[in-house]
Amino acid sequence: MSEIVISAKKLSLVFPTPDGDVHALSDVDLEINKGDFVSFIGPSGCGKTTFLRTIADLELPTSGELQVNGVSAAEARKARAYGYVFQHASLYPWRTIESNIALPLEIMGFSKAEQKQRVKQVLELVSLDDFAKKYPWQLSGGMQQRASIARSLAFDADLLLMDEPFGALDEIVRDHLNQQLLELWARTNKTICFVTHSINEAVYLSTKIVVMSPRPGRVIDVITSTLPKDRPLDIRESDEFRDIAHRVREGLRAGQSYDG
Amino acid sequence: MMGKNGKLIPILTVLAVIVAIWYVCVVWLNAPFEYDQAQRNDIELTFGEMVSNTMAQKRPVLPAVHQVFEEIWNTTVLKKVTSKRSLIYHAWITLSVTLLGFVMGGILGILLSVGIVHNKAMDKSVMPWVITSQTIPILAIAPMIIVVLNAIGFSGLIPKAFIATYLSFFPIVVGMVKGLRSPDQAQLDLMRTYNASKSQLFWKLRWPSSMPYLFTSLKVAVAAALVGAIVAELPTGAVAGLGARMLAGSYYGQTIQIWSALFVAAIVAAGLVIIVGILHNYVLGRMGQLDGQGTREADA
Repeated sequence: MSEIVISAKKLSLVFPTPDGDVHALSDVDLEINKGDFVSFIGPSGCGKTTFLRTIADLELPTSGELQVNGVSAAEARKARAYGYVFQHASLYPWRTIESNIALPLEIMGFSKAEQKQRVKQVLELVSLDDFAKKYPWQLSGGMQQRASIARSLAFDADLLLMDEPFGALDEIVRDHLNQQLLELWARTNKTICFVTHSINEAVYLSTKIVVMSPRPGRVIDVITSTLPKDRPLDIRESDEFRDIAHRVREGLRAGQSYDG
Repeated sequence: MMGKNGKLIPILTVLAVIVAIWYVCVVWLNAPFEYDQAQRNDIELTFGEMVSNTMAQKRPVLPAVHQVFEEIWNTTVLKKVTSKRSLIYHAWITLSVTLLGFVMGGILGILLSVGIVHNKAMDKSVMPWVITSQTIPILAIAPMIIVVLNAIGFSGLIPKAFIATYLSFFPIVVGMVKGLRSPDQAQLDLMRTYNASKSQLFWKLRWPSSMPYLFTSLKVAVAAALVGAIVAELPTGAVAGLGARMLAGSYYGQTIQIWSALFVAAIVAAGLVIIVGILHNYVLGRMGQLDGQGTREADA
């Protein structure tokens, strides 16, 4: 049996606001295995980003249990167990691309030689080797996001948390990056948690799709993909792909009808 | 970005207008004295004579621009630097006070802002006092500071530099508090995901983020420090410095002397601001992003 990386039991998170409590997460039960590519999909306010941030120990759950790599989320963060990719690249504008990617390595105390070698390696991985000395503003949005993915890969954490990393990009760039991400995942065998708004993206990328619904944020359906691991872009035309996408859509619709 | 040539013509146009208005005022303000003199000496004064006379008075109400520059020329180039009448000598005294006060103000301002950003109690307790400090009229408090410091054994440069510090630390505190708080939530979260220490967070994120704010406030602060240095020379019976020159000029009705000291002070201030501006461009250029205006060049 495969190893469990993330396990959530009855996880809830309530944000107190002046207009009353907001139940961002309500009784979420979920297990994610090592090597899984899990997508979280749902409308705004369904708690998918909050769940990801909770795993990253950027938010504190109000109740329930959450384990990352068998320890608490805080301990996992302190052990630098994951790389996080934000919705916007959040590169530091005063650092060149290579020095942005070296940032986590500097903080974690890697030697200069090791930093150099790792930066080179991940830059090649996202095909940005020619842009090492450029500043973020000299790169397109898609390239910036690739640089931020390279940054999250640099220290080689086994878990990758991605919060709508391609949300702000156009569809052509997005297709391309999706393909690259799948290749990368296949090569590195990392566990990836991926938040998205797009049904196509979720179905195309994932081995497991978690459908969520808002108010309170909860899991509606967990779909295990039957698609093969090797996925060319035109797999999206296949019946199998459409069936899964249909089930996701059904789940999202069911979630909405709760609101009544 | 607009080139240097694109800025030069508008600036020169405004300068020409100011100089023209100045000369009109010179004639207008100095004319009564000329008519008075003429009447007393029973001379008929033509308009042409009157105009040329108003620009050559010994103690005019408003000296002509060329008189001021003549005086500056006489008291800088034509005087030995060691002479008590050399404006370079006086400017140097004021400049040294300014620089000492500016450096102290810079250090104090940065330290206070770091404290305010990192410590809630300091944010609540110190910030209101920093703001209050600037509502006290500096002219009123300057003599007292000098007297008190003299009493406890500080004399010479230091008490005056404190006044310069008093004026210059404020813009730095305000600018740096804003600058150190400028990183957005995602940039802060990123550091948290790396489990970065407080000092790493400071040196790798907050400090570099604050650089554009720092240099903008340094420009304001260096000009304020010069004002502080001049103000500090006024009430203390200082015998040297641009402020002392202005004071002495006003005692003896030497308006040309006052204006020439004023012009030199303005030139020194402009020079200091330009130097900080060059430093600004250099540092932010090294950081690969910004021009002196704190804006990025077009992404194209």
